[in-house]
Amino acid sequence: MSEETSKLPKDIAAAEGKVNVQINGTWYQFPRGMRIIDACKSVGVHVPTFCYHPKLAIAGSCRMCLVEQGMPPRLAPGQAPSYDAQGYQHIQWMPRPIIACANTVCENMGIKTNSPLAEEVRAGVLEFLLANHPLDCPICDQAGECKLQEFSNDYGKLKGRYTESKTKKGKNLSVGPNINLDQERCVLCGRCIRFMRDIAKDPVLSFSQRGTHNAVTIYPGRELDHPYSMNVVDLCPVGALTSKDFRFKMRVWFLKETKSIDVNCGTGTNITIWSREEQVYRLTPRQNDEVNSCWMPDEHRLNYRFINSPQRIPQPVIRTDINAPHRASTWEPSFSALAEAIKRVPADQIAIIASGRMTNEELYMTRLLAEQIGTKHVDIVSRVKESDGMLISADRNPNTTGAQVILGLENPGSQLEMIRDGVQRGKIKAILCLGEDLTSPEAGFKAQDFENLNYLFVMDHTASDTARAADLVLPGVSFAEKFGTMINVTGRIQRLNKAIEPIGYAKDDWTILQSITKALGSNSPAMNAVSSMDILSLIGQEYAALENINWGRVGDCGLQVLETGVTIPLIEQEKNPQG
Amino acid sequence: MSHDHLNAIDATIAHIPSPGEQFFPPFSVTPELEAQVAELITHYPEGRQKSAILPILHIVQKQFGFINPASIEWTASQTGVSAAHVLGVVTFYPGLRQKCPGKFHFRICRTLSCAMSGAEDLFEVICRKTNIDPASINHHEPIGVSPCGMWSIEQVECLANCGNGPNVLVNDLLFDKVTPEKVDEIIAKYKQA
Repeated sequence: MSEETSKLPKDIAAAEGKVNVQINGTWYQFPRGMRIIDACKSVGVHVPTFCYHPKLAIAGSCRMCLVEQGMPPRLAPGQAPSYDAQGYQHIQWMPRPIIACANTVCENMGIKTNSPLAEEVRAGVLEFLLANHPLDCPICDQAGECKLQEFSNDYGKLKGRYTESKTKKGKNLSVGPNINLDQERCVLCGRCIRFMRDIAKDPVLSFSQRGTHNAVTIYPGRELDHPYSMNVVDLCPVGALTSKDFRFKMRVWFLKETKSIDVNCGTGTNITIWSREEQVYRLTPRQNDEVNSCWMPDEHRLNYRFINSPQRIPQPVIRTDINAPHRASTWEPSFSALAEAIKRVPADQIAIIASGRMTNEELYMTRLLAEQIGTKHVDIVSRVKESDGMLISADRNPNTTGAQVILGLENPGSQLEMIRDGVQRGKIKAILCLGEDLTSPEAGFKAQDFENLNYLFVMDHTASDTARAADLVLPGVSFAEKFGTMINVTGRIQRLNKAIEPIGYAKDDWTILQSITKALGSNSPAMNAVSSMDILSLIGQEYAALENINWGRVGDCGLQVLETGVTIPLIEQEKNPQG
Repeated sequence: MSHDHLNAIDATIAHIPSPGEQFFPPFSVTPELEAQVAELITHYPEGRQKSAILPILHIVQKQFGFINPASIEWTASQTGVSAAHVLGVVTFYPGLRQKCPGKFHFRICRTLSCAMSGAEDLFEVICRKTNIDPASINHHEPIGVSPCGMWSIEQVECLANCGNGPNVLVNDLLFDKVTPEKVDEIIAKYKQA
């Protein structure tokens, strides 16, 4: 026998720091020290869990992940181990199941998740959990995304055997500005407690009355008001913690999920937009270990109401004479009116104020528009505040990095003062304002500044003081209504997806910019683009930093394209818990 | 949680009035208490100060009769944990109480051996002789106090003297083979004290 064939699977695996584990009859190799639950998940074997969460400390309290486990029999003194034809030892199955979350894999271990024993213990655990659980699924907000409901359906027994009355606990308790607690629905997994203790570092929750009346409690007089507190609503596997904002608004099975990113700051937190019939109902974080882990700040989560607000501009609005009231218009006449107005003003007296909230595609179209006009006065409004040391970046614009790359701005926002000064001295006679309110403190314009202008054009989705002063307003769309890409502060390009159709007669911003540029006589290849994906491919041909970029390559979790040196504090903490 | 007018959260630290409070000082952080606790904390390694929660709570309970919200918050501040965590500890152990007992606290064993030797009847005898209302005792309020505040009673688990039941602990002193006549003697003895 040659040396090659005499090598056993355990030696081959050990050379790579791995172990052989049999899961439901098939042998796999896993790194030493991996949790059984992660090992099962990595090969597509589902293990039900309540208390286990990959980003939180292990509690092992729910017992839902019990699996049957076996090891090779212990050898008698002097006995040599025997191996089967494939080189594995015989597995002796244990009569007692183990929890998959708190135990790690080891050499020649066997795991069964579908054996009669595993099925019986799961049904048993569920029977205990349901012994005191209220049967209020029809009025429970979690119904449809409740783990207890799902697991009861998949693994539970049809009929309960308990005839005793259920334990009474607190219901409909307000525990914070955004969260309600129902202690009876709680399965005591403790995820919320561990999140508040380890991630939020504000341990206001705990178990009290441990025993029959065990319940999650907030310390009386305290509030669950941490800026990240609403993540416990996502973490709660049942309907114990519910969002006051979303309570009783919509059944989750009616909602459409769209993968997108948060546009409130430069981190670009990955989110899911939940919508139905052109209305957005909630935003939830989406896992991305390079950007936001599994979390999202409450402030950003709740900032979605502007999408379906009555303040949205539903159609083009034009002012035909000084001091005349605005009146509704249609798209084609608006474009020609704008092109004529632009042609009347000398190119060096026109400024374009774009936004760090625009996508790369829109910024690219802005650049083409500026080139077509021939103006050098192009800038964005910068929004730099303080970082919160977790996920909220100091840069409150979601795409400043994109503006730096696409528009070639070295120092975004630095020209703004010059433009403002130009307006006051009468050197700038027309402003094309794209997606910004110039009267906001960040932009710093005053209402009387607009009186010096011959022409003010605004493209925005929501009414603002700037729009009210404009000669022409063309309605663009919010982040939920468009496809596009943005580059976050770390240099990662990420995708926005369209969740709902544009409100009213509004149009995708990039097509508005395309039509204006076309009306001014451009014949760039971007004039033939039919989607923002086409624009992205053009960007990929033009910019070295974004070489060969296209919609498919960016993917759902984004693509690191630049090294800006900026990091996200929460992610750094997660990667180096000690440092 | 017997306080129906309170929600379940506020009820966890609600003050339950007891006539026994006249025999104990109200909770206050005295220099002696502070020194005692500071010394206690040094018994545990750095970073494990929260191990001192239980001994601190015992000292507080002994001195002030029961554990009130102020003492929970003070214990939390001394050990560097959240008040919610200390609340979890206090509500877990039946030996830590949030209601003030009487000056003399009867703890009567209800575990198997004592129950078989008549602890249940004895419980009612003591209640009658000390004028305690047994109906006031339930899962959430396990301590019954006499209107005069002198006496209180609580059913507890094994007192580790199973051969000589029924056993009764009065404050920290154990009485075994307690009969109704012996109850009279005990009451008379403590009345004089």
